[in-house]
Amino acid sequence: MDLILVNLIDGLVTGLLLFMLSAGLTLIFSMMGVLNFAHASFYMLGAYFAYQISIALGFWMGLLIAPLIVGVLGAGVERYGLRRVHQYGHVPELIFTFGLALLIEEMVQFVWGKNQMPYSVPEILNFSAFAISGNSIPAYKIFMIFISISIFIGLLYVLTKTRVGMIIQAALSYPRTVEALGHNVPLIFMGVFGVGTALAGVAGVIAGPVLGTFPGMAFVLGSIVFVTIVIGGLGSLWGALFASLLIGWITTFAKAYNVKMESILNAIGFTTPENMDESMLRDLWSLTSPQIADILPYILMVLILIFRPAGLFGKRTQ
Amino acid sequence: MKKFTKLGAVSALSLIIGASSAFAETIKVAFIDPLSGPFASTGANGLKQFEFAADYMVNDKGGLLDGAEIEIIAFDNKTSPKESLIQLQVAIDQGARYVTQGNGSAVALALTEAIDKHNRRNPDSRVLFLNYAAVDPALTNEQCNFWHFRFDANSDMKMDALTDVIAANEDVKKVYIIGQDYSFGKAVSDAANSMLKAKRPDIEVVGDELHPIGKVKDFTPYSRKIIASGADAVISGNWGADMLGLGKSVIENGFTGPIYTYYAAGSGMTAAFGETGKGIIRLVSEGVVNPSPSPEATAYYDAFLAKYPDANIDQTRISNTIGMLAAAITEAGTADDVVAVAGALENMEYDSIWGSKLVMRPDDHQLIQNINVSAHTNEGVKYTFDSSDYGVVKESTVEMASADIATSCKMKRP
Repeated sequence: MDLILVNLIDGLVTGLLLFMLSAGLTLIFSMMGVLNFAHASFYMLGAYFAYQISIALGFWMGLLIAPLIVGVLGAGVERYGLRRVHQYGHVPELIFTFGLALLIEEMVQFVWGKNQMPYSVPEILNFSAFAISGNSIPAYKIFMIFISISIFIGLLYVLTKTRVGMIIQAALSYPRTVEALGHNVPLIFMGVFGVGTALAGVAGVIAGPVLGTFPGMAFVLGSIVFVTIVIGGLGSLWGALFASLLIGWITTFAKAYNVKMESILNAIGFTTPENMDESMLRDLWSLTSPQIADILPYILMVLILIFRPAGLFGKRTQ
Repeated sequence: MKKFTKLGAVSALSLIIGASSAFAETIKVAFIDPLSGPFASTGANGLKQFEFAADYMVNDKGGLLDGAEIEIIAFDNKTSPKESLIQLQVAIDQGARYVTQGNGSAVALALTEAIDKHNRRNPDSRVLFLNYAAVDPALTNEQCNFWHFRFDANSDMKMDALTDVIAANEDVKKVYIIGQDYSFGKAVSDAANSMLKAKRPDIEVVGDELHPIGKVKDFTPYSRKIIASGADAVISGNWGADMLGLGKSVIENGFTGPIYTYYAAGSGMTAAFGETGKGIIRLVSEGVVNPSPSPEATAYYDAFLAKYPDANIDQTRISNTIGMLAAAITEAGTADDVVAVAGALENMEYDSIWGSKLVMRPDDHQLIQNINVSAHTNEGVKYTFDSSDYGVVKESTVEMASADIATSCKMKRP
């Protein structure tokens, strides 16, 4: 029972981290129709910039400055890269962001090398906040939860309660009309792209010390972010939050409990073959949940695409 | 039609002759390992150590035979067996007669099989496989062949040394075994289970688990299980980002007992573990860097640091590999006839500068050497890793470990 609570907290941390990445991606997609393959690369840049800044000015300045730099970079990419490619249609845009992802990874390796960076949790948060029957919850995790939730609330407030948010929402659905009303739509696009990448940067800054700062970090997280926004529904902030938490908890619980495929199959009425070595499905029978935990979200995505193609919270039906 | 085949054969032959005469100046060693992706740092650091070993031990001393230099050509296999086979073909086409690889036994198993086939079909361009770090026992047992030589101790031999240390530690009553889900991770788990049972029947294995290799983002759920199981010690064969992720997470979540590992040093790991890993991380390996085992080792390491100030020698077996290859080529008097070189490597006795005698066992091409268990610490460290204050210091040694370990290898010789 205690372990369930601990796993709930761990899954929440994973989920909220995923949310910070997918929130930016889903906003950018819903506005510009661009699936930004380089999104996870901005997350990596956030971690590396923050590491570099933290050497000189400490962790907190890194948390403040690194996302700003990443956001400005992201806005620059939109203004001088994507906007030019936009006129040629969606495929060139996809290829552009894909190339950008590769370029950023090579640049990071060029500047910082291939080794893991010793970017670590700040001293002031390096203690155990509390323990549940021997399992300590690091204070840094509580800090991560706090940061992500405040970002979610902030985003929700800006998007639904402020004038800027209303213009953004209007530009989402009727960009021409909004432009005709005298608003600078390209500027809004640039702003959203910048904010989206800055969010990925924040995720990188706070995830770097726990998940490791190395050139493969974008690759490891890249595909799961797309899965998240597909499950949640492209363009939906609530969907992104829901799907992120769902994925966080599913993978955490699948890893934490050794559920055997054999017992699942037995439960739904199949009998274990007498001689396992001769059975065609030996590999299926001997699977355990920790082995497949990280592919469960992909299975979920396939199911969602079959039964609810618009995603859990998606509005698009065409 | 017949004319054409003849013409083809003649031109192919002349190409081969032309190729071998053109490449007589350098001895090409193809390095096939990950240089991108999650394990890039492990591969890139290995490459640096190979390049340095070739320059320092051979090229700067005038080369081999008539001044032929050893050239290391790097190929990125992205840790994928499929990619490795493509790179192997490219390497052979570029004139490499020696292939070296180490990261990932799945890759090594694919390579050794492909090289065996290639050598049977193409007696003119045979290659030797110098395995410097892939430690699945199968490579020198049921999957062995004449072309494969292993310069690292295999995982059973390492586990034998490691379980000696664990057996001597009376505080350990419960152990947790965790590893990457592929042939090597399974080999570690099997060896740990059987050897612990034999040496300390009172130790209980409270967990035995595999996780996907290179895919886990966050090890927290695994470390929760380890702590909840009440384990006093953890055994892991993980390497690269998987080792660091697991180790950091286990320590962060409150584990204080020893973590016995194969590869928890260098490639940024030592710096990242830092103070938290002190007194916890142990690792089993072949060479010793602290305390320095010989004046030659000190000179070697100093020269390495002069060239690469930020890098480490965390795989001393790499210089053993180059040293033994050079000695074998000199003894055989040729670098092109790899059968003669392999013959010279078999049964070779070589004094490593890293404080061990090395013997290449002819039955299975497994190198027999001293195996050490070291600790991650900042005390008494002359050669630290990753430009940090931390490094590994030898705690105990098993002389010529597992020299009589049984092998099921039935080698076919050409």
